[in-house]
Amino acid sequence: MSVIITDNLTKRFPRVTALDRLTVDVQPGVVGLVGANGAGKSTLIKILLGLAPATEGTARVLGLDVATEGAVIRERVGYMPEHDCLPPDVSATEFVVHMARMSGLPATAARERTADTLRHVGLYEERYRPIGGYSTGMKQRVKLAQALVHDPQLVLLDEPTNGLDPAGRDEMLELIRRVHSDFGISVLVTSHLLGELERTCDHVVVVDGGKLLRSSSTADFTKATALLAVEVTDRQSDPGFDVTAALSERLTGGGLAVTADGGRVLLVEIAGEETYDLVRDAVAGLGVGLVRMEQRRHRIAEVFQDRAADDRSEEANDHV
Amino acid sequence: MSEPVPAAVPADVIHDIGYRHYDGPRLGRRYATRSLYTLTLRGSFGLGRSIRSKILPMGLLALMCVPALIIVAVAVYVKSGKLPLEYERYLTIMDFVIAVFVASQAPVALSRDLRFMTVPLYFSRPITAGDYVLAKFGAMFSAMFLLTGLPLLIMWIGSLLASMNFGYNLEHFGYGLVAAVLFSLLYSSLALVIAAMTPRRGFGVAGIIMLLLISSAIASVVYFVINRHDQSAAAYWSNAISPPGMIDSAVTWMFKLPTTGAVGVPSDLGGFVFLGEIAALSAAAYGLLVRRYRKI
Repeated sequence: MSVIITDNLTKRFPRVTALDRLTVDVQPGVVGLVGANGAGKSTLIKILLGLAPATEGTARVLGLDVATEGAVIRERVGYMPEHDCLPPDVSATEFVVHMARMSGLPATAARERTADTLRHVGLYEERYRPIGGYSTGMKQRVKLAQALVHDPQLVLLDEPTNGLDPAGRDEMLELIRRVHSDFGISVLVTSHLLGELERTCDHVVVVDGGKLLRSSSTADFTKATALLAVEVTDRQSDPGFDVTAALSERLTGGGLAVTADGGRVLLVEIAGEETYDLVRDAVAGLGVGLVRMEQRRHRIAEVFQDRAADDRSEEANDHV
Repeated sequence: MSEPVPAAVPADVIHDIGYRHYDGPRLGRRYATRSLYTLTLRGSFGLGRSIRSKILPMGLLALMCVPALIIVAVAVYVKSGKLPLEYERYLTIMDFVIAVFVASQAPVALSRDLRFMTVPLYFSRPITAGDYVLAKFGAMFSAMFLLTGLPLLIMWIGSLLASMNFGYNLEHFGYGLVAAVLFSLLYSSLALVIAAMTPRRGFGVAGIIMLLLISSAIASVVYFVINRHDQSAAAYWSNAISPPGMIDSAVTWMFKLPTTGAVGVPSDLGGFVFLGEIAALSAAAYGLLVRRYRKI
């Protein structure tokens, strides 16, 4: 069953068109919604929550019509806004309990669910302290907890990694992954940082200027151009020998497409699982050490940039 | 590539018993609105909040009741057989305390959600802008009714203890409660609409104080100017710009209570005008509130 379906969804404000005939079909899983600031992501979320009417077109969330069944949708969906939304003078527990009751949970259930949810997002003893003293990472967890506390079937996360340092970003992405894999809740996550979505999402929807630029699985985005970066040591016995060139020759001979990535790194296109074996054998055959062999996937960002630069009309018949 | 083997689990971890789904009841909008009402009402008196936020509302509640206690004590002591003033007049005299209470607590009810941008979290849940306003207004109204009703209740109980005329006091206590309802209605709606305009609590407090106190101050100046110059009936129109004057005059007129000072209606028409004005102002303020939250 589709989690979100939009059909020719259009939202016009007096001066701008925020969404322009957007048609997408989002399946259960973790779905990334990518677009630059002002691409229409927040407008889309508002419409999906049934808080703003669409100018034209229709949208269904969990099979419910956003125009007429907004209240039912909001009971089954969680929302984590992009901006700060936490009062500093109450504890995470008090706040999340209150939000659980606002979602219709009875007082006892609200307290139990709050304790569970805060533990799942990784807040322990600190949940009894006022939120004002929390780090950005902890605040983001509280925001996520209030979106999950009523056990929704779908959560809409608006820029959940905003303002986090790289470690915090990784933890948040891991947590988002778990929301689907462990909790069984579908996720729609927006970001303007495209790189982070490829690790987290099953499917990515790219919007630009309110239009659908592309909607496909994360694997599709990156598979075609998956690369292996290979770097080897010099030969101890023969330091003058150009190992990199020799390796390149061997790999090319093995039927692989190889390009130099400046310096000593070779980029090998991954044709399949056997590519790894070929590289291993080639390196062993030369009798040198392997410094690195890492998958370097083509970033969604590059795909996006290339495509954004392209003429949009080409876009339509270009991709599956 | 094989899956990494999980490292040995340290002995002191909290065991994750996994995610449990919630399949209990979901009580919906009405329940959420009621919960928000209760929380806001408690918050108006600082209950469930820090000691610091209890001081002002509790202090004002005490301040509101102490003169009532003194009046009762004196009336009992001198065995006058009658309370020295009308119930509803007590509220007009204590108008300053009521105004400070509503000015300090209406922003508590609304500004926090605006300032910390919590409002979108409410509206991403089943409750609507209308429910939110209803809960907040209901809570503010109830808090105000407690504040204005409690001293009247003290006076009435005092009248019973002093075995004053039961029927008379019950009737006039009722008139007092009508005034308390009108005070709560008008002050809550005016104060909330100002509080909803700014996320800054200080601005909200100042705005409400200015509106309530300055309008009554201007009204009394107008009253004295007209009264000295002319006859007193026309001067009663000055109550049209004074929230407490409007209420006290309307109640005095409705129940044909004795008039004193600036309180009174210029004519029956004036009585209807004052009552209509209270209703119209409250309704307009409430409508503005709903409209303001619809936009978010």
